[in-house]
Amino acid sequence: MYKMINAPLQQEVIQNLKMGEKVLISGKIYSARDAAHKCMVEALDKEGKLPFDAKGQIIYYAGPCPPKPGKISGPYGPTTSGRMDKYAVRLIEEGLMGMMGKGDRADAVIESMIKNKCIYFAAIGGLGAYTSTIVRSQKVVAYEELGAEALIEIWVAGFPAIVAIDCQGNNLYRTEPDKYKNKFDLNMLNR
Amino acid sequence: MRDINSNQIQQAVKELFIEANYYLSSDVLKRLKKFEQIEVSEIGKEMLCKVIENAELAANEQVAICQDTGMCVVFIEVGQEVHIVGGTITEAINEGVRQAYRDGYLRKSVVADPLNRKNTGDNTPAIIHYENVPGENIKIHVMPKGAGSENMSAIKMLKPSDGVEGVINFVLDTVQKAGANPCPPIIVGIGIGGTMEKAAILSKKSLLRSLDEKNSNQYYAELEDLLLTKINNLGIGPQGLGGITTALGVRIESYPTHIACLPVAVNITCHAARHKEIIL
Repeated sequence: MYKMINAPLQQEVIQNLKMGEKVLISGKIYSARDAAHKCMVEALDKEGKLPFDAKGQIIYYAGPCPPKPGKISGPYGPTTSGRMDKYAVRLIEEGLMGMMGKGDRADAVIESMIKNKCIYFAAIGGLGAYTSTIVRSQKVVAYEELGAEALIEIWVAGFPAIVAIDCQGNNLYRTEPDKYKNKFDLNMLNR
Repeated sequence: MRDINSNQIQQAVKELFIEANYYLSSDVLKRLKKFEQIEVSEIGKEMLCKVIENAELAANEQVAICQDTGMCVVFIEVGQEVHIVGGTITEAINEGVRQAYRDGYLRKSVVADPLNRKNTGDNTPAIIHYENVPGENIKIHVMPKGAGSENMSAIKMLKPSDGVEGVINFVLDTVQKAGANPCPPIIVGIGIGGTMEKAAILSKKSLLRSLDEKNSNQYYAELEDLLLTKINNLGIGPQGLGGITTALGVRIESYPTHIACLPVAVNITCHAARHKEIIL
C-alpha cells in the first residue's frame, strides 16, 4: 500500500507520516548533490538567501545522466545522503521539509529534523532507468556550470519512496537490520 | 608479431562501456533473482524485485541501469607479440571512454582535480591497469565503477599474527560500517597479500570474476562461502533496510607477501555490478 503525497509538502501531511510507510510523491521537487550544496551554503553565508525558496520543499540527492534525444530525463536515481549531512541542517533551518536519497543520516541532522519538522525519504538506490520514466520535466535553477551536479527543479509523477526517518526521529535504518540477523544459511541458495 | 590498430582498441572500449552500462551481467541478474526468492524481509523482497525490473527496463530502453555510470576502470592484458599501430593504448582507451560517455548519454562523473573539483566534461581519464602477457592477443576488461560503493571500500595492513580471523573481522567491520550507503546487495571484492597497492588492485580485480565461477583455490573458495554467510547474517539487507540479502557474492584474490605483512583490501561494488570483456 502506497500513500499518495504531493510536493511541495504540507506540515500536517508529514507529521502524520510514519517510519516504514511507502509513498508515491508527485509534484515539484529539487535535485542537488555535493557541489550544489556547497554553493547553496556559501550563498547563505554571503547573501543570506538561497537560489530557491526552501519552505516546504523536498531536496532529492541526485544527479542525472543526460537525456537521450526525445526523452525528458536520463537515469536519475539517488546518491548517498550522508555526504550532504554537513550542509543539511542549514537547509532544514531555511524551511526545507523533506530530503530524499539513500542511506542513514548523522545524529545532528536527525535532531534538526525533529526540532524543525522535516522528513527523510529513502529512494531505491540504483533505480536509475526506472526513475527516468517518472520525471515529467526538468529545469536547471542554479549552478548550471556544475553539469549533472546543478540545482535542478524536477516534476515527478508517483516517485516511489519509503519514510526512512520520520519527523519524530524514528529511523528504519537503525531498527530493521537487527530483526534479520542470523537468518541466512548458504544452503538457501541451493534450494 | 601481430599488428593491432589503436582504433580497434578505441572502438572496443567505447562499445564495452556502453554495453556494460545498459545491460546488467547475466551472472548478477541470476543471483538477484535467486535472492529475491529466498529473501525473508518483505521490504527487501520488494526492493530486489524493483532492482530486477529496473535492469530489464534499462536493457529494453537502452539507457544506463544506474545514473552513476562511474569512473572507468580498465584492465588490459597485452600479449607481448602484439604491435600497436596508429597511437598509444592509453590515448585509445581514453578516446573510447570519451565517445562512450558522449554517444551513450552516460553521466560525466569525473573531476580533474580532487580538491579543486572541476568536471573534465567527458568522463576521462580512465583508471588503467596494464599487464604484459604471452601471446598475440589483447584482452580488455572494463568496469564502470560507481562511487557510492567505492567510498565504502577500505584497506588495512594487518599483522601476520592476525591471520584469517583478522581478515574476516576486517571484512565484516567494513561491510557493517558501509551499511546502506553502497546500495546493497553488494559484491565484496577482497585482495589479500602483496603490498598495500597490490592488495587494493587485487580487490578491484577480484570483482571481474563472474558470480557463476568458483574460486579455483579450494581454501579461498571456502573462505568466500564463509564470508558470504557471515555478511548475510549481519541483517543489513537490500538498501540497508533489513534482510538476508546484503551481499550477492564474495570474491577473493591473493598474492605472495612479505614475511612481516598481511595486507587486506576490501573493494565493494553495488548491485549494478557492471563489467564486460573482449579479446582482440
